Amino acid sequence: MKTIANIQKEIVDEFALFEDWMQRYEYMIELGKSLPIIDEKHRTDSNIIKGCQSKVWVYAELKKDKLIYTADSDAIITKGIIALLLRVFSEQHPSDILAADTAFIDEIGLKEHLSPTRANGLVSMIKQLKMYAIAYQTQIN
Amino acid sequence: MIDIKKIRNDFPILKRKINGNQLVYFDNAATSQTPQVVIDEILNYYSNYNSNIHRGVHKLSQEATDAYEKARQILQLNFNARHSHEIIFTSGSTHSINIVAAGYSNILKKDDEIILSVMEHHSNIVPWQMLCERTGAILRVAPMDQNGGLILEEFESICCDKTQLVAISHVSNALGTINPIESILSIAHSNNAVVLIDGAQAAPHIKIDLQELDIDYYVVSGHKLMGPTGVGMLYGKEKLLNMLPPSQGGGEMIDEVTFEKTIYAKLPHKFEAGTPNIAGGIALGTAINYINEIGYDSIAKYEKSLLDYATSELLEIEGLKIYGQSKQKTAIVSFSIKSIHAYDLGVILDKLGIAVRTGHHCAQPIMDYFQIPGTIRASFSFYNTKEEIDIMVNAIKRAKLMLV
Repeated sequence: MKTIANIQKEIVDEFALFEDWMQRYEYMIELGKSLPIIDEKHRTDSNIIKGCQSKVWVYAELKKDKLIYTADSDAIITKGIIALLLRVFSEQHPSDILAADTAFIDEIGLKEHLSPTRANGLVSMIKQLKMYAIAYQTQIN
Repeated sequence: MIDIKKIRNDFPILKRKINGNQLVYFDNAATSQTPQVVIDEILNYYSNYNSNIHRGVHKLSQEATDAYEKARQILQLNFNARHSHEIIFTSGSTHSINIVAAGYSNILKKDDEIILSVMEHHSNIVPWQMLCERTGAILRVAPMDQNGGLILEEFESICCDKTQLVAISHVSNALGTINPIESILSIAHSNNAVVLIDGAQAAPHIKIDLQELDIDYYVVSGHKLMGPTGVGMLYGKEKLLNMLPPSQGGGEMIDEVTFEKTIYAKLPHKFEAGTPNIAGGIALGTAINYINEIGYDSIAKYEKSLLDYATSELLEIEGLKIYGQSKQKTAIVSFSIKSIHAYDLGVILDKLGIAVRTGHHCAQPIMDYFQIPGTIRASFSFYNTKEEIDIMVNAIKRAKLMLV
């Protein structure tokens, strides 16, 4: 199984192949389009992440000892960003998720290509993913 | 006639490149760009006569005071106020509205009514809601039609002897609609209501004659008027401003202070507590002179041609819908494209060097009315060109291919 650090490195390497940010956005849009659709019953107001300009829903459940995230957004680029985050964090152990950093975001330069409100949205998303990990970690213990 | 080449040269920022692309600045309804003469004036102030106004006996203070008061006169002449002391320098429209709303805290009574329109910017909603909370007054909202035009008959039907205040934008920031303020004023005045017109979006495009229109309060933001940020104007009729209590206490706004009692200074100083944005006020005067050198008539004509061109070119794009199609409009196009989130389009346009605004434009009730989360807003100024509109239209087509 790939570790969180491995996956982050993979993403950084992939992004290095692109020549400019338009290509990176095209890639993120494709990722967004391929993100599996969240189960309709989890697309609820209580699963909306606050602090994003577009609507973002995130849900997580524990299968065996791995946390499985599903998510959606009404904006496709936001969906692409979530797809990247889910690729890093989904199907990992809650304790690994909690211990992980998100250095790849800085390394691919994503944050500086988002406006401040959107960068805050990204922070809120990561926070929410970690909150789920905290909740399930407590449950496991 | 607009000499576009010369005008574009006046704005150094227009030479900027964004992600390797020439900047196309279509966010003028949020903040207009600053011509070199205004930048130079700010530089001149801090380089040559920076000092505090109204109290120093020294040379610098006298120069600064003269320049600041001259700027007040420029505003007075531009808007044709009767007296220069009816012009209050504020930090912007929001501050201006808040001064008035706070001033009515002890004047309004329970069940008095304040009328707004549904197309107000949040800054012309929230201060009045706060005033209602303090006084028990009631907020009434005049509706608009599908084209984004105010329904004057509906306004007239809710305007009555309970109406104490009417606060309405001259031009809607989200749709560009020019409201029929003459009719609004006449209906309101026949009911003895006082009218505040939010001129933030109008002043850069429309010549305003405060006396001829018989406006009670008019507010303006400097940074939408080719001026610096953090400065604006509150105009009020002398009689009204004299009646209104000051919203802030401090230096500058007093005549005499003892611990028993303070006598407030006369207008305009009563509303200008503390050291103001001196450089900002002076530079706003320069900005207004700059606009008048080009001329409001030439500006209106030129911007109308940009609006018409952008409207027809944008409507060629399949699935594109324009919100706000009132016959009386400033050069704002607010639109959305079927199955594309405004945010996504905004991001791609930004990557291509085009600055537009996406979202609810601080006017959520308008978005609720059209039942949309937000729009993309391109707002034009007299330094924009049809070529830039072509660049935006092509960029939208390219983004559409990526996003759909």
